[in-house]
Amino acid sequence: MIKAKVYITLKRTVADPQGLTIKHALESLGYQKIKDMRMGKLISIELDIDNKKDAERLLNEMCRKLLANPIIEDYSFKITGDK
Amino acid sequence: MKFGVIVFPGSNCEQDCFYVIKDVLKQPVEYIWHKEMVLNGFDCIILPGGFSYGDYLRTGAVARFSPIMKAIVEFADKGGIVIGICNGFQILLETGLLPGAMLRNKNLHFICRHEYVKTENVKNPFTNLCKQNQVLKIPIAHNEGNYYIDEAGLRDLEKKGQIIFRYCDIDGDVEGGGNPNGAVANIAGIINKTGNVLGMMPHPERSSEPELGSEDGLCIFKSIITWIRCR
Repeated sequence: MIKAKVYITLKRTVADPQGLTIKHALESLGYQKIKDMRMGKLISIELDIDNKKDAERLLNEMCRKLLANPIIEDYSFKITGDK
Repeated sequence: MKFGVIVFPGSNCEQDCFYVIKDVLKQPVEYIWHKEMVLNGFDCIILPGGFSYGDYLRTGAVARFSPIMKAIVEFADKGGIVIGICNGFQILLETGLLPGAMLRNKNLHFICRHEYVKTENVKNPFTNLCKQNQVLKIPIAHNEGNYYIDEAGLRDLEKKGQIIFRYCDIDGDVEGGGNPNGAVANIAGIINKTGNVLGMMPHPERSSEPELGSEDGLCIFKSIITWIRCR
């Protein structure tokens, strides 16, 4: 079994009002050193697969097909463990 | 002439659409459950508003894979008239029947109120009874209506006359501050290149009777009927 974490973020060219709002909230709490803040999604997946290469191929496919919208989002993933 | 209203789990405007077609406009209409695989004998398909699949992941992202969507893409490819309202628009974007994507409203609020939109193109199945530049008062009710498309895509939409509605003020001034959600170029509704698929964030079914404060939405449904009859 392979465990993975998929990260989905808005593209740099796309405005992120949620990230901006959180940044402002933190600033109002006194954190003045934040240069930039973007919000994204984290999806944890466990795959019933042993081969890392197969897992990567499958994760790419899932991201392209459903998990991320390529018009507004970028994705990346990390294989975090296998048993 | 027959209308079909698609029902996804989480749709919540399908009854309003059904009511306007059946009781206000006296046209045949049927509900179509999203698990259906075929569309038979329909002239116009309505994808209603709501929160299909709870808006999980992204608005419209899961509904786009409902069994009926394959039949809707085929119907649209053959020139069938498809209108997606609010969540229906979001589903059409995710399906790729219309270009672009939806982001959260710029102010992060769910906005539910009447808005003015300017009708920029009247040579299509959806606004042929409107006057060029006519200002319509139609309510919006959404959290993700901040339409996004890149600059090249926007130029393409403008060049091909695909922008049907833009948010504006009561006088039709697009620069007048009437952009509730931050949408690129004030876009409230677009058609595809072949002109038979419309997506719009405002709800014409909620402005089709005088009791509702506006009948401007009727113009859109009546245009569709006129178009199909003259076809």
